[in-house]
This record gives sequence, structure tokens and C-alpha cells, in this order.
Amino acid sequence: MQLFAFLIDGLLIGFVYGIAAMGMTLIWGVMNVINLAHGPIIALGCFGVYLLATQLGLHPYLALLIVAPLGLVAGMLFYRLAIQRVIDAPRLSSLLATFAINMIVIGLGTAAFSTNPRALDVQLGSLSFGPVTILGTRLVAALASIATAAGLYWFLYHTRPGKYVRAVTNNRAAAELVGIPSQQVLALSFGLGCMLAAVSGALIATFFPFTILSGDVYQQKSFVIGVMGGLGHPLGALLGGLILGMMEGLLPAFLPTTWVPVFEFVLFVIILLVRPAGLFGGKK
Amino acid sequence: MNPWRHPGLWITLALTLGLGLWPVVLQKAALRETIFTILLSVALASSLNIILGYAGYISFGHVVFFGLGGYVGLYLMNTLGLSLWVALLAGGLAAALLAFLLGKAILRLRGAYFALATIGVNEAMRAFINNFAPFGGATGISLNFKVYQAYGGAANALWLVYTILLVTTLAMILISHIVKNSKFGLGLMAIREDEDAAEVMGVITPNAKTWAYVLSAVLPGMLGVLFYFKNGNIEPGDAFRLSSSIELLVMIMLGGAGTVLGPVIGAAGYQALRGFLLTNALFKNIQLSVAGILLLLIILFIPVGAVGWLRRRFPALRRLLP
Amino acid sequence: MNVLQVSGVCKRFGGLHALSNVTFDMPEGQILGLIGPNGAGKTTLFNVIDGVYPPEQGQVFFRGQDVTGAKPYRLARLGLARTHQIVRPLNDLSVRENVMVGACFGRQGLGLHEAAKTADEVLAFVRLEARAAQLAGSLNVAQKKRLEMARALAARPYLLLLDEVLAGLNPSEITAMVEIIRAIRAQGVSVIIIEHVMHAVMNVSDRLIVLDYGQQIAEGTPQEVSANPRVIEAYLGDPKLAERLLAST
Repeated sequence: MQLFAFLIDGLLIGFVYGIAAMGMTLIWGVMNVINLAHGPIIALGCFGVYLLATQLGLHPYLALLIVAPLGLVAGMLFYRLAIQRVIDAPRLSSLLATFAINMIVIGLGTAAFSTNPRALDVQLGSLSFGPVTILGTRLVAALASIATAAGLYWFLYHTRPGKYVRAVTNNRAAAELVGIPSQQVLALSFGLGCMLAAVSGALIATFFPFTILSGDVYQQKSFVIGVMGGLGHPLGALLGGLILGMMEGLLPAFLPTTWVPVFEFVLFVIILLVRPAGLFGGKK
Repeated sequence: MNPWRHPGLWITLALTLGLGLWPVVLQKAALRETIFTILLSVALASSLNIILGYAGYISFGHVVFFGLGGYVGLYLMNTLGLSLWVALLAGGLAAALLAFLLGKAILRLRGAYFALATIGVNEAMRAFINNFAPFGGATGISLNFKVYQAYGGAANALWLVYTILLVTTLAMILISHIVKNSKFGLGLMAIREDEDAAEVMGVITPNAKTWAYVLSAVLPGMLGVLFYFKNGNIEPGDAFRLSSSIELLVMIMLGGAGTVLGPVIGAAGYQALRGFLLTNALFKNIQLSVAGILLLLIILFIPVGAVGWLRRRFPALRRLLP
Repeated sequence: MNVLQVSGVCKRFGGLHALSNVTFDMPEGQILGLIGPNGAGKTTLFNVIDGVYPPEQGQVFFRGQDVTGAKPYRLARLGLARTHQIVRPLNDLSVRENVMVGACFGRQGLGLHEAAKTADEVLAFVRLEARAAQLAGSLNVAQKKRLEMARALAARPYLLLLDEVLAGLNPSEITAMVEIIRAIRAQGVSVIIIEHVMHAVMNVSDRLIVLDYGQQIAEGTPQEVSANPRVIEAYLGDPKLAERLLAST
């Protein structure tokens, strides 16, 4: 029964990891860029909610609604400033361009917030089902993640810009030939990816303490999840998030917690080697 | 065509030697520490350049060899009481062995998939060492101060370490140049440009890539021993820090990938800049951001790096810019 | 002796039969033309011969040795060289270095010094010597095609696979290239050539194989093939066209 409680807890957090990874994998799918600025943007999501809540007294969930569009705008700005010029250059350029953003954000963030841990005090009580207790904050975070993912899918499948994003993912050259403004679509996609990262960070802030450097851990988790789900497949990333969440919930029952990342990253490399299209994808 | 008659090589070696001897001549310990950091980066960036610049495989996990070497070295010296020389050798071998095994597995992956796998390997290694009791788990290994006595005390040991580093750095530049001007290097560059075409032309790509990876791992393994011997302790978080690997990529990018001189200039420039920013009152707190902005400007406007830019701008200088 | 034997080779991509039971022998010193409509499986056949794809069924023998499923680099070292339909220059290397790759890792496995000499000889042979120091990426398409040829020749192969080396060239360039192909054969190298420029391939080939939808529909001398009703139906279309093609030299 205890195990079941861990499982539920892991699953709920898995949804939150999942949307960060969706952002990573969306960016990869559209423009073949591994976003090394994903972690700092997750951290900015944490700080965004934190500042709005502590400075302006907004409720964290209300703050989330402000952080999301800010993430979108920041992402589009990053794309225009740093990535657009090197999008067709050799891969190292775009990787390092995103890493340059990482350095800039972390540098300014460290100067502004130091690296002391912060935490938000969000109390939503808990639900109990017999021996299983679910923290309210985690349940809300999972629901918000599901809503975000659903919103993304609705956007990608039912709006014109969303369809453009899918077209560019599929074949940028062909999309350009039929008149899709690919640079705008790429900027939008990068913005969406960053928005998902920021939302994920904002939700994480409601139940875990964080520093400006915390994003790195979640960024690495996004890589693992993205590869599990198949790079470029947002829905796969959500499922991957659930798997990772479950692993993190269940594994500590069988081995020391510190072994969990060993397990995660070995699994990550093995998946890359034997199923590079992800656990759910067909063979490439 | 004779690689030994390449004036650029001798200029590079002479400049590095001059830089290295500067603190020796002045006998200044503070200057020695500054130059130590620069030389270490030069050697590490040059080693990464073999797999990255010559073979075209982007690795985010180069520091894994440095960290592993450091752990193996400190373990041998501290726990088994072996000498620094044995430790250096063992660190290099351990890194080479890891690279060989990894090479057989992950060098099949191309492009971003390889890059991601190297991140995975680095993180898995960090997490594993974090749990590995013989290497001290999360606390790591602290070198017993008595170990330094065999080398004439800590002060003398620092000069010894510095001398070994200088020799190793010069050797690395030489190796980088020899590889670039060899048949092996030609095969690697063919792989970088078009791996499938290289295979069709007869380059045994799996072997060439694996050996390039091994070659780029040996010196970091040895330098890890040297650095952590000097440092006195090692712990998993520092030894396998992802951003250390990325810093090396940045240095190569600044100087120019695939050239002999590029990583040398890039590493020296990066460390000099970092030193300046860290000591400058205005930039001290945001040095990382300033470095990031400079990196971005270089990527956007001088994507071929300093050496690549000079070679294009002044074709007459090509022979001086290896 | 046969430089190449292909027996019963089948290759599928998903449900598509790219090659069905392709069988032929190729004696040393010949020029064999491989023709057929687009998508007939010609390039796939090259890829199976040189090890890019292993076949599902059948065998490939190179100079008597079973090389079915062997890696491309092994075949290169045994003495097989090829050019690509879409040129694949090593852009950031010089033209000479491109050709040296062929010489260093091909049949003879030369050292750098020897390879440089061979590269200069071969570059003179394909008339690219003036471009030797230039970066390969800066060549125009016709020059890149000759570079592909030079790289393959520098390996000093027994058998050379040429994939549409004439496509996109103007008439005088085609004439020059055909001369080069004849000169290669005169040096004792066997050649298989995939080509759509009919009058050229009809004239330069000793023998032709026609593929259609992965099937070998005809084989024989250019005269025999061009008179074959199946070939006319599948590929040439007009019966008179073949005669004109043969007459046009």
C-alpha cells in the first residue's frame, strides 16, 4: 500500500516533468536544436511565480497564468536574438547559442537571487484514500500539466499557427514552398517550448524548494524523458514523464535513493542505443 | 607536405613554452596558478578537438575522462600509496579504457544523439561515483597531506605538478598537429565532412572513431590525476560538472574547431577573459553573463573562430596558423 | 575471371521490392551499362554491391570472394570504388585532400606522401589539377562530378561504379567525360555505369542490363537490348528512338 502511495506521488510529479520535456522535444522536433537553455528557463519559471507571489502577493496559481505568456515571449525573443542566425549552421553553433543563453540567464540570475534555496509556502491540504495520501499541491500541478498538454495539442491540431508548427516539423523546406513563414513559426515553436519549461518550473516551485541552478536537474530529466518518448514527439514526452515519475516514486522502495539517477541515466543511454526513436515510436 | 616543416607548429609550441616558463623565470607562485589554469585548458581543449574538431563528433561529456582520471589517481595515491607517476599512468589508462568501451557503444550514434549520449554517460558516471564507496561516495577523496612529502612538501609538489602540466600541454599540441597531418587524421576529417562517403572510400569508420575517442581521452585522464593531486581533494559534483565540458566546447569554438592553434588560442583567450571578469569590480558578479554574451556574439558573427577567421581574412598567413 | 557476380539479389524497403532476383556476371575489363526508368532500382543495386545495404536474399561475389553484406570500407579496400548520383564532396577539405582520401583508404592504402602524388596524377587525368588547392565546396557541379570520379580512381580500383556521372552536364562536358570513361577502361578497370543519357551509354557500354521495378527485364549488347520489345515498352517508348540513338555517334 505504501508502494501504491509512492507510485501515485511519482505519477503526479511525472506530469510536471512531462511538460518540461514536451517543451524540449517540441523544440527539437521543429528545428533540431537541443535546447541547453531549458534548465535556466525552468528556473526562471520557479522565480517568476516566487517573485509574483512574494512581491505582489499574487496567489501562485494566478502567477502561473502570468508566467506562461512571459515564458512564450522570452522564448521568442531568445530565438530572434540567438538562434535564428545559426539555425542552418553546423549543429555546434546552435547548441552553443542556446548554451550562451544559459550562461547569460544563470549569470544574471545568480547576481540577482544568489544561489540560496527559496521555497514557496503553498498549502492545499491533502486528500486521503485509506493509507494513500495525496498532497493537494501535487494534484493541482498534475491537473495543470494535463491541461497545459491538452492546450498544446488543441493548439497544434486546431489552429492555423499550430498547423504551421506541425508542417515545419514535418518538412521545413516544403512548408516554406507553400508559403508558411518558417522563421516566425520557428520563433513561435521556441517560444512554446520555453513556455512549457516555464510552466513546469512554476509548478515545481509550488512543492519543491529551488535555486537559480535547480533547472539543470530538470533539464537533464527532460533529456531522459524526451529520449524515452522519442525526440520530437510531445505526447511521447508526456508518457516518458510518467514513466520517469513512476520510477522515481517506486525505485527508492527497492534501492537507495542515490542509485536512482544511476539507473535513470544508464537507461537513457541504452534507449538511445537500442531504440533511438523512443519507447513508443516505430523503428526509424 | 612535411609536417615538421610547418612554421605554425613551432610558433605555437614556442609561444606555449614561453607562457609556461614565464612564472618559472620570475618564480612567482600567484602567476604560476594563473598560467596553470590556462595551460590546463589549452591541453584539455586540444584533446577534445581531436574527436570534436577532426572527427566532427560533439561531446558534452569530455570532463568524464578528467574526473575519472582524478578519482583513479587519488585512490591509488591515497589508499594504495602508489607514486604520482604510477597514478598518472593509471589515470590515463583508465580514461583510455572507458573511451574505448564507450566508443564501441555510443559512437554508432550520430549528431545530436551522440551529444545526448555523452551527457547521459557523464551524469550516469557522476551518480555512480556518488554511490561508490571505495571512491568515498558523495564526500569524495581527500588526499592525505603526507602524500606531498614524497615530493619535497606541498610547495615543491606544486612546482613539480606545474612542470608536468607544461610538458603534457606541449605534448598535446604536438599530438594534435601530428594527428592532423597524418593519414589517420585525414580519415577523421573525411568522417567529419561526410561519414557515409568516407566509409564508401574505405575509411574503417568504427575503428577510426574509436581510436580518435581514445586518443582524445588519454591526456584528460592524466591531467585529472595531476589537477586533483594539486587540488588535494575530489568530489563527484565538481569532477563531473557538465558545464566544464561545455566550457571546453566554448574554447574550441572561440579559437576555431579542427585547427591545431584554435583550441590553444581559444582556451588561453577564454581563461584570460574569465580571469579579467572575475577580478573586475564591474563584471565580477555577472562574469558568467558577460562571457555568455561574448560567446553569443562570436557564434553569430565569427562562427569559424579566431583562427578560421584569420585564415580566411589573410590567406597568406595559412602556414603560420596550423 | 569475373570481377563481379551478382546472384539472386533481392532487396525490399517496406513493401516495395526495390530489387527482385537480380543475377548477372561481369567479366573483367568490360563497361556494363545499367539502365531503366527512375525508381527501377539501379542505385539500390549499387548500394547492395558496395555494402551500403545488405540484401535480403542472394549473394554478391567480388573477384571470386563472397562479399554479401560486407561493409563498404571492406569492399573499398578490396578494390571497389564508386561515385554518387548526388555528389558528396568533403566540402571543408581541399580538392587534393578529397582525392587523397580515396588513395589512402582504397585498394592500395597508400601513405600520405604517395597518396598526394597519386592525387595529382588523377586530378590531371580528370583535368581538375588547376583546382587542387581549392576547397571542394567551392567547385561547380560539373567539377564536383569530376572530383567524385577522381576520388574513386585514386583508389586504383578493379571495378568502378559510376552513378549518373553525365547527368546535368552540357554536351561538350559529356563528350569529355565519355572520353575519360573510355580511358579508364583502357587502363584495365572494369566499369558499371548507371546513365540516362542514352546515346552516351549505348555507345560506351559493351553490354547493358535493363531494370524495371526491380526486375531485370533484359540483358545483352546495346543492339540486342534496344531491339528488345520489353525494353522499348518499359523504357525507350519509341522503337525508332533506339535506332536513332545508336546512329547518332
